[in-house]
Amino acid sequence: MSVADITLASQPEVKGRSLWADARHRFLRNKAAVSSLVIFCIIVIACFGAPYFGLRAPDDINWELESWGPPNLELGYWLGTDGNNRDLFVRLLYGGQVSLLVGFTATMVSLVIGVIWGATAGFLGGRVDGFMMRIVDILYSIPFIFFVIMLTVVFGRHITLIYIAIGAVSWLDMARIVRGQTISIRRREFIEAAEASGVSRWRIITRHIIPNCLGPVVVYVTLTVPNVILIESFISFLGMGVQEPDSSWGTLVSEAAVVMEIAPWAIIGTGSMLAITLLSLNFIGDGLRDALDPRDR
Amino acid sequence: MLHYVMRRLGGAIPTLLIIIAGAFFMMRLAPGGPFARERRVPPEVEANLLKAYHLDEPLWQQFLRYLNGLLHGDFGPSFKYKDFSVADLIFGGFPVSLQLGGMAILLALVIGISLGIWAALRQNTWVDYASMSVSMVGIAVPNFVVAPILTLVIGLQLQLLPVGGWGQPGHYVLPVIALCLPQIAAIARLTRASMIEVLSSNYVRTARAKGLPARLTISRHAIRAAILPVVSYLGPAIANIITGSVVVEQIFSIPGIGRYFVQGSLNRDYTLVMGVTVFYGALVILCNLIADLLYGVLDPKVRYD
Repeated sequence: MSVADITLASQPEVKGRSLWADARHRFLRNKAAVSSLVIFCIIVIACFGAPYFGLRAPDDINWELESWGPPNLELGYWLGTDGNNRDLFVRLLYGGQVSLLVGFTATMVSLVIGVIWGATAGFLGGRVDGFMMRIVDILYSIPFIFFVIMLTVVFGRHITLIYIAIGAVSWLDMARIVRGQTISIRRREFIEAAEASGVSRWRIITRHIIPNCLGPVVVYVTLTVPNVILIESFISFLGMGVQEPDSSWGTLVSEAAVVMEIAPWAIIGTGSMLAITLLSLNFIGDGLRDALDPRDR
Repeated sequence: MLHYVMRRLGGAIPTLLIIIAGAFFMMRLAPGGPFARERRVPPEVEANLLKAYHLDEPLWQQFLRYLNGLLHGDFGPSFKYKDFSVADLIFGGFPVSLQLGGMAILLALVIGISLGIWAALRQNTWVDYASMSVSMVGIAVPNFVVAPILTLVIGLQLQLLPVGGWGQPGHYVLPVIALCLPQIAAIARLTRASMIEVLSSNYVRTARAKGLPARLTISRHAIRAAILPVVSYLGPAIANIITGSVVVEQIFSIPGIGRYFVQGSLNRDYTLVMGVTVFYGALVILCNLIADLLYGVLDPKVRYD
């Protein structure tokens, strides 16, 4: 539609472009981000849809084949077999369920803690803010993976514990970002108006501050997910995370790394699956950042 | 300056105490003592064991004893390596880990900064796109995937370098590469972003306007400001290298601290795990402190108030 077509008479209601419509437009123009989104969706569907696609069960042992056998397309073993003659590709999909779930759950944990912490500090300001951010600074310089591993040493390797532990250590950046955003929002007139009309502080935080921080938070969430998946696979790779019979991408990579001399396809297959997922999530996050906060470039 | 150093130290000491307390009480919360999994021993033997390790004292007394030991460089005995103290293991492995980590961080700085500056000077050309895509891959692909693949291709297929062990120059190459790749990537992206910003700033324009050759403008004026974000990233970078070294040492069978940490965790060697956590915690805090001070020296905007 050209500019000349738009007249007040023919179009009495001019449709404003919201922040989100603008952002969507910018995001869709970013080829890397869009193709990453498509790839990531395919991976998610493949992993969580695996039980419904008529594939083998992940614990289906085929005694006819050798262990760590090569890919066999006729029988449908796309990545060959694992050490117990199971279909490695199927196990990779089921392992993806664990990795993606950890990524999602732990990110949610970090989101809740980080948003509440950051919004409270930024809104209350003054000494409370100084104190809360000092704590964040202190926690920043602690090598957390060591603590997460210690937790699993002490309390055993429950998967729920891993979710929570990883989430509980990844909220620091989120808190900083939300605090910065909150400080810039709380000086606006509409917050003053809400305060003047007697709205409670808690309600101002939850109804006005948090929704207005949403853009950067969404960006940061997509960047936290790959980080969290990475931490979980790191711990599982070392043998201190997910335990048999469950497996995650980390455990599969570590099993494959041991036998890479006789079965190089296994490490390449499992490693690329993990890498492609992390890469696409990073591209999506970068694309969202460019879309939601164009000034940041 | 002295005031600034003191204030930074004042921040570092509580952090260190939090790390020590966190590690100590977490280990003491562990269900079952360190001897719970062994064969049942007669009660008097068990009492003697507990007494020998001071486990019969109240918790706060044990904590003070541990703190006091740390001040004297004593991390307590290892529960699994019977003839060694934790300090023996840590200080035995540290030179190896330090060499590995030190080389990785130096290489990451040199390559990362050069790559970032190069990409910034050729912004929006193929050089820029290529180096930034490669560094995205470097960030996304974890080093426990890079390390086995490097071993597979360079060590086993091409037979160019040894795939494990420590001591000869050839042993350094693959682990250092695996360790520094993600940091090269992160540093290159940081440098590029800040260099682009600096190149469009007023004082660089002034330098150009007065006819200073491009080479001098960049080397004298732009780079100094552009590497500031890299300096403030040094702390996290060192923490990442330390974390990464745990897995790299494990993969390449390098006798460093990281490997003891993994072994200790798998064997539930509580004191060893606790000792390594405290030691690395202190190291990260120290490096952060140094990076902060360096930042203050490099950035004229920081006044030591």
